[in-house]
Amino acid sequence: MKRYSVFAVAREALRQHQGWERAWPNAEPKARYDAIIVGAGGHGLATAYYLGRNHGIRNVAIIEKGWLGGGNTGRNTTIIRSNYLQDPSAAIYEKARSLFETLSQELNYNVMFSPRGVMMLAQTQHEIRGYKRTAMANSLQGVTTEFISPARVKELVPIINLEGPRYPVLGALWQPRGGTARHDAVAWGYARACAAMGMDIIQKCEVTGVSQKDGKVTGISTTRGDIACDKLGIVVAGHSGVMANHAGFRLPIESVALQALVSEPIKPCMDVVVMANTVHGYMSQSDKGEMVIGGGTDGFNNYTQRGSFHHIEETVRALNETFPMISRLKMLRQWGGIVDMTGDRSPIISKTPLGNCFVNCGWGTGGFKAIPGSGWAMAELMAKGEPGPLALEFNMWRFKEGKFIDESVAAGVAH
Amino acid sequence: MLTLTCPYCGVAAEETELTAGGEAHLKRFGPGSSDDDLETYLFLRENPKGVHFERWRHSFGCGKWFLAARDTNTLEVFGTYPAQSKAPPKPIKDAITAKRPGWSWREFK
Ligand SMILES: Cc1cc2nc3c(=O)[nH]c(=O)nc-3n(C[C@H](O)[C@H](O)[C@H](O)COP(=O)(O)OP(=O)(O)OC[C@H]3O[C@@H](n4cnc5c(N)ncnc54)[C@H](O)[C@@H]3O)c2cc1C
Ligand SMILES: [Zn+2]
Repeated sequence: MKRYSVFAVAREALRQHQGWERAWPNAEPKARYDAIIVGAGGHGLATAYYLGRNHGIRNVAIIEKGWLGGGNTGRNTTIIRSNYLQDPSAAIYEKARSLFETLSQELNYNVMFSPRGVMMLAQTQHEIRGYKRTAMANSLQGVTTEFISPARVKELVPIINLEGPRYPVLGALWQPRGGTARHDAVAWGYARACAAMGMDIIQKCEVTGVSQKDGKVTGISTTRGDIACDKLGIVVAGHSGVMANHAGFRLPIESVALQALVSEPIKPCMDVVVMANTVHGYMSQSDKGEMVIGGGTDGFNNYTQRGSFHHIEETVRALNETFPMISRLKMLRQWGGIVDMTGDRSPIISKTPLGNCFVNCGWGTGGFKAIPGSGWAMAELMAKGEPGPLALEFNMWRFKEGKFIDESVAAGVAH
Repeated sequence: MLTLTCPYCGVAAEETELTAGGEAHLKRFGPGSSDDDLETYLFLRENPKGVHFERWRHSFGCGKWFLAARDTNTLEVFGTYPAQSKAPPKPIKDAITAKRPGWSWREFK
């Protein structure tokens, strides 16, 4: 694989860009792999990457039913933050956030990580107390956040209306090193690095069954034939329930639609990410100038990758109050993704009842930010067969044991 | 926009009149039951891509709970029936079979 660099750009500029090679080849499935990852979203690709990089396991295939990065990884609003309340969450999200800081260099691929700062507005007394508590917890966890005043909010976000009639802005939780990254580039960067290690990325290949012998996984059936493997990692987000069904176990997960939308591009007007969890809306400005807006999930199980219109209406109505200037923006595009929700709104990185079969799911509305840390933890789990410190508490049996990692009360909206 | 007909008042209610209540026909377990049963009741859920049975409430109408049979992959509605039903009534099952031969959901066929 040729490295991308300023010299490569200059060289190619001189020869009409004829010399760029494909970022990754389209692989044909082999008969057997040491490890197979189902799902070429960010989490699956990162898992494969760290299997190779940290554990030397390189005879790996990543199997994807559509195109890589075409699931939630390519549909999210790219907010990256690590200001969670519970210790296990702070550990894995902060690991991920800190890996993002140098991910472009690591992958030799520009993921456009932009630590522009993430602000979570406090618009009720309850939220003020909650966010002050989170800021305290974060300082114990070594995550830099602070609770800031309305005046400081206005300084950072001049277009905000502090005096909304329903929900005035009373302060905010501010994480200065949170931000955004280019979602596709994260998937593409990991995919290119996996291919460079000799791994096979197999697209348009749906996994339709899991074969097992003596309680251990032996391989998978796919729409392009059977493939044997020693270890299997299921990393399919919204389709986790379907895959678990193939593998013969159940998960505490329900799949629902989450939507986002973007406006027409406008001149730069907001250089931080703002989240308003009480009213279920959040907004940032993309490098192209579009206002990127996300809201809440639908309340019922859904696999259609589109959500209900009234949710968009609610989100936009709420954001209009806080950002009156957006009321005249035209919205360009709207889309949905199928998110995998657990009871405590925390992910699952776990062994399963089936030997050598591992699952990484439950990231729900907020897993983009976790991709590097989640891949790191999942690779360790798959390589060693036992969870390391990052994954330990996120096992699927925590629901039986009552050891929840309860982020739902802490944040309400996760993203 | 999802539209469900309330089996009590007969109103064809659109989504904003309704509240989704999650999986139908759950077996309830209380204090003294095993960890497995409690986990199943509280956390494990059917999450099918296809035929699904759910609880809904006609919140901004008659206020009553009812059950619905739906396809989560096409958003097609097979029918609604009263919340007191222990299992989907025959006409509902027949309506599903007509469109999804060979379907199954937990112990129902
Ligand atoms: C609208 C929206 C906004 C969001 N905003 C944010 C945000 O701001 N910040 C944040 O951190 N997170 C956000 N998220 C959540 C985030 O997108 C997800 O948590 C994350 O992308 C999940 O990544 P993944 O790799 O697990 O799943 P995916 O990217 O969905 O990848 C799973 C892949 O598995 C494939 N697959 C499924 N079944 C099979 C099969 N049987 N065989 C082969 N392949 C299969 C799918 O095709 C898919 O490509 C948002 C999500 C949505 C939908
Ligand atoms: Zn009614």
